[in-house]
Amino acid sequence: MVHLTRRYMFSASHRLHNPRLADGENSQIYGKCNNPGGHGHNYFLEVTVAGPIDPLTGMVVNLAELDGYVQSAILTPFDQTSLNGQPIFAKLVPTSENLCIEIHRILQEGWKELPSGKKARLQSVRLEETISNFFEYSGDAQ
Amino acid sequence: MIYLTRKAEFSASHYYHSPELSPEENRRIFGKCNNPLGHGHNYVLEVTVQGEIDPRSGMVVDLKDLKEILAREVMDIFDHRFLNEEVPEFRTRVPTTENLAVSIWRRIAPKLSFCALHRVRLYETPDLFVDYFGSTEKQ
Repeated sequence: MVHLTRRYMFSASHRLHNPRLADGENSQIYGKCNNPGGHGHNYFLEVTVAGPIDPLTGMVVNLAELDGYVQSAILTPFDQTSLNGQPIFAKLVPTSENLCIEIHRILQEGWKELPSGKKARLQSVRLEETISNFFEYSGDAQ
Repeated sequence: MIYLTRKAEFSASHYYHSPELSPEENRRIFGKCNNPLGHGHNYVLEVTVQGEIDPRSGMVVDLKDLKEILAREVMDIFDHRFLNEEVPEFRTRVPTTENLAVSIWRRIAPKLSFCALHRVRLYETPDLFVDYFGSTEKQ
């Protein structure tokens, strides 16, 4: 069993605001992240895959296949967008905690349809919001 | 129990080719990595050992011993080499980053008498790395 990690980047904006809270509470909880105009980050996403090494190819996962999947499932939909405008964040505050879990959920949904996904599993998703803040999620079962 | 990680960097060339596959299959699976003239990387290796802190020295491992093992078992063998032809196990095994990490584990684990090997992490590029925890995986 080997873990392979691939690192990707996308840029997006967000505003941390919960409409169920009063304006004063939002301001108190989220501070400058509650600024109505929003703000943006260059998010670095690390996707870790775990599986046996295929004896024929020497690989855990075909990288071109993984890159294509992450591109179409995550990077294309999220890059250069406002996260608050995404359907998944219609009722969910787009913190990086929630974004990390949503990315894991989206990747897991189509995983079994990947040719490499039959042998290798999605191990974890790690999301860097800044060089000082990062979040990691391995699914509920782990 | 404490973990200590030492980094080392080596540069090597390789190409991906499996003799069990046809030339067309090799090109399809490995893409530009199948170029027989090879290409190279600056690999960054992180070796993590685990053990108890020696109460007299305050250390989990003598860094000089660990550095010498890495120099002898990894750097002397992999650095500035063409992996497919100059490292014996890769005459018959594709020198992917996955297989390199396993090979490094097998070379250094038996040499560590004073502490246990926990993880071998090998970066092929800053955007791609592999972790190996030995044959029985630890989380």
